[in-house]
Parts: sequence; C-alpha cells; structure tokens
Amino acid sequence: MATAPPSTYSAVTLNINGEKHTLTVDHRTTLLDALRERLDMTGTKKGCDQGQCGACTVLLDKRRAVACLQLAVAAEGREITTIEGVAEGDRLHPVQQAFLDLDGYQCGYCTPGQICSAVAVIEEHAAGWPSAATDDVRPEAGPPPLTAEEIRERMSGNLCRCGAYVSIVQAVARAAEADARAAQDAPDTQGAPAAQGTEHEGAAA
Amino acid sequence: MKEFGYERAADVSGALALLDADPDARFLGGGTNLVDLMKTGVERPARLVDVRELPLDRIESTEDGGLHIGATVTNSDLAAHPDVRRRYPALTQAVLAGASGQLRNMATVGGNLLQRTRCGYFADVSKPCNKRVPGSGCPAIEGEHHNHAILGASDHCVATHPSDLGVALAAFDAVVSYETTDGPGELPLTDLYLPVGDTPHLETALPPGALITGVTLPPAPAGAVSRYRKVRERASYAFAIGSIAAALDVRDGVVHEVRLAFGAVASRPWRARAAEAALTGGPVDAAAFAAAADAELAAAEPLPHNGYKVTLMRNLVVAVLSELAEEAAR
Repeated sequence: MATAPPSTYSAVTLNINGEKHTLTVDHRTTLLDALRERLDMTGTKKGCDQGQCGACTVLLDKRRAVACLQLAVAAEGREITTIEGVAEGDRLHPVQQAFLDLDGYQCGYCTPGQICSAVAVIEEHAAGWPSAATDDVRPEAGPPPLTAEEIRERMSGNLCRCGAYVSIVQAVARAAEADARAAQDAPDTQGAPAAQGTEHEGAAA
Repeated sequence: MKEFGYERAADVSGALALLDADPDARFLGGGTNLVDLMKTGVERPARLVDVRELPLDRIESTEDGGLHIGATVTNSDLAAHPDVRRRYPALTQAVLAGASGQLRNMATVGGNLLQRTRCGYFADVSKPCNKRVPGSGCPAIEGEHHNHAILGASDHCVATHPSDLGVALAAFDAVVSYETTDGPGELPLTDLYLPVGDTPHLETALPPGALITGVTLPPAPAGAVSRYRKVRERASYAFAIGSIAAALDVRDGVVHEVRLAFGAVASRPWRARAAEAALTGGPVDAAAFAAAADAELAAAEPLPHNGYKVTLMRNLVVAVLSELAEEAAR
C-alpha cells in the first residue's frame, strides 16, 4: 500500500526559560538551530554539532542535554532552560558567579555549556547519583564526596579547547559547596533533580 | 539531512501502527545515535515515530526477585535506581561508564541496545561498508581497525557493538521484550544480535517493525558480587577498547557461579561461556582465571592492529575476577 508522503514541517510551541515561543520548524531543525537561528538565543553554542563537545548543553525538564542531537519538534512540551535563563534577573546563578570569580574559562565559547552542565551536576550529586568515579555505587554507601575526580568525571561531557579545566573544577566545587550550605539552611528544598517534579531551589539561593 | 515526517506515538499500539504503515519509518527514542546518523546520511528515514513519551519508563521488581526495566527508561534513571545499584551494581557501573551525563539523560534503554556500530567506515557514506551497503566491501579489514572485533567477526564485517549497558545485561541473563502488530515476543539479550556471517547488515533477530518495550533481569546470582570495568583511550567519555562485566559467587573456596561478558570485542555483547564453564567448580586463583580467559580467547581471530585486545581481555578477566574474589572474601 502506498503511503502518502508525510509533512516535513510542523508548528511547535517551545517553552524556553518560562516563555512560550510558537514557530513552524522543518523537522530536521535541531533545538540548537531553533534557539540560535530562529529565536536569536545565541547563548547556546554550536561546537561539534554531533554530541561530542557539550558546548550546546541546555536543561530539558531540569536535566542537562545536548541541544544538537535534540530535534526541536520533539522538544515540544518540555521545559527548556538555556544559559539565558539560568540567572535570576540581574542576580547571577552561583555557578555563573563561581566561574567569574575563579576564571573558569579562557575564550568563553564552551562556557555556557559548561555552566548549564555544572548546574545539573550539582543537582545530580545532591540527589545522590553515583558516577563512574564512584568506588561503591550501592545506595548503602551513601553519596560520594564531590572530589575533584568526581567533578572531572561528571563534567567530562564538556570539552574546553583552551584547557581551563583546573579552574572549571574549582568553580564547580565552590558552587556545589554554596549549594550544599543553602540546602542545609533550608532542608525542605532538597530533592531529586527533576525526576519527581520537585523544585530544587538550593542552586538559586 | 533528508526531509522526514514526524509523529509522536501516544501508546504502543499506535506506535506499531504508524511504523507498520510506512516501511521507511523509524522509531525515535532519545535520538543520540539516530539523529547523529541522519545528519551524516547513514540513516535516511522518511518518517520518525517518536516513542520517548510512551508509558514504558518504569523500573519495577518482578515476583521472582528480578527487575523489569521499561524501554524508555533513560540511562541516567537506570544507573541511579536504588534496586539496580544494590542488586546489579555492575549494571550501574556499565551505564555510568558510557557516554556523558548529557547523553545518558537523553538515551533510552531500548535505543541503547539498537545503537549502531561506531566503525569509522560505517559512519562515512563516501566509503564502502557491507553493513551500510551490502556487498560494497569492508575497508576496515585492510585499513583502520585497531578498535575492531577479535571474536565472532567475518570476512564481511569486523565492526563492534559499542554498548556498555548491553555487556552488563548479557552477564545478568537479561531478556528483551518486544511488541509487534502480530503480538508480543521476547528474546534473551544474547540472542538479540544475529551472527555476522555474510549478512552484517542484518543486525538483530527482532521481527520487522518490532518495538522493544523492556528488559527483564532474573534475580542476580545469589551472594554474587559484580563489577564492570572499561578500558578506553582517555579517562572518560570515550567508547571502550575492551570492557568486562563480571559476577562471582564463591562458596567453600570454589567458584559456585560466575558470569562473564566482554564488550568492544565483537558485533554483540560477548557472553564468555567457555570461560564460565572453565571456572565453575574450580579454584579461586589467578592461574585459574587466566586459564579460563585463554579458553574463551582461543577463538579470537585478531587483525594486524588489534591483537592487543587478546592480551587486554585476558588481563581484564584476571584483574576483575581477582578483585571480586577479594571482595567476596570480605
């Protein structure tokens, strides 16, 4: 039976940084290209465009993802947070502030992806997720301390051609410490990242 | 990229019907492999049927003490699940050894099993490749093959399956469930992938149009400790050049039960049954581990530039089993 050729474009509504944007996209359009080329949100960077460098990292439903392998049409209905939406108004996110204070970059091209990734890394760690650097992954072992080795492993999806890794690790560690202190001050706000839809406000405090 | 239609499936039967209606349609999960291959022209579907939001995203204990993992569970959720970490730690370790945090958040269990080889000739549409264009040849055999197969390959294809997750699933006797328009079915993970032979383009034993709906793990071997170790060319975020999933149950000083599976050495996760047979009932020492590795690797047919993998896998077997024996003795 012959199949009618399918439509190759759709009208989609993307929820980006709390605002809805409706646009018609060719299905081939990645979320990365929709952000940069259609919505003029150029904070999200295109590096390799094949999921290997992390420059295009955004948060989908509060979890980090690479926008270059995410089709825009398939992102409809999801809560998208880009680097433009990480700060609270004029107040920088603690991860942004830590990158500034500790020079967590050189040229800056990978930085938006590094920051979005680090925001999620801190939440993943706070939720007790182990990593490939964790010796004992059993839940009874408890969450691993966020050592430099843990941070390097968890951030390994974000490449930096300038090699600013030493200060990136320091910045992530400092932001994580601030987040842990904030969570201690307000224990109710600590929760699993995105999974159960719980708000995790510690990172913004 | 070729233009394509896109539809989001609301339920499993809807997804199957959409695929059935268009022979050039493909299921889309997390997209981390398929979208990449569409960009390079390796995959050219006419239509994508998005199955990521199907209600197959749960991890549940089974009555016999095993675990059922839905096909759309993300790699991240699988690795973080307390029951997986407690009962199948090698499975969590395998998932966490693969890709990056970003990709694990996107990738699904079903998609992971159906990902394609990372052979550079397969990925390059300007090159011949028997897997991509049947009968066109295999440049890897005479060319760049330092990370290609040493077990179960053929003169037609020497590509490896890149999954880490699949290696641990093979060791734990996972069974893959699927649905088709003719009804459900299941396959042991070790039978999911077809022998390479002269048909490397035929990769799985799934019926046409089948949708993987989940993976079921029987109870882990009682009292066993398990571990996944991956060797790669940089410390993180790279495919394996060799990996191993192992579980060991020692009783009264002898091997009561052992599970071994190898990654990055064959076109599928390689369950090392010859090594398991050599070990079972025998002593728990490095000499026995090495002899078992040799029993498995006797079938290896390395190419000029990947012979190191035979030594690597032998050393991995000895090292990981020795560590597990020590852990079991604690």
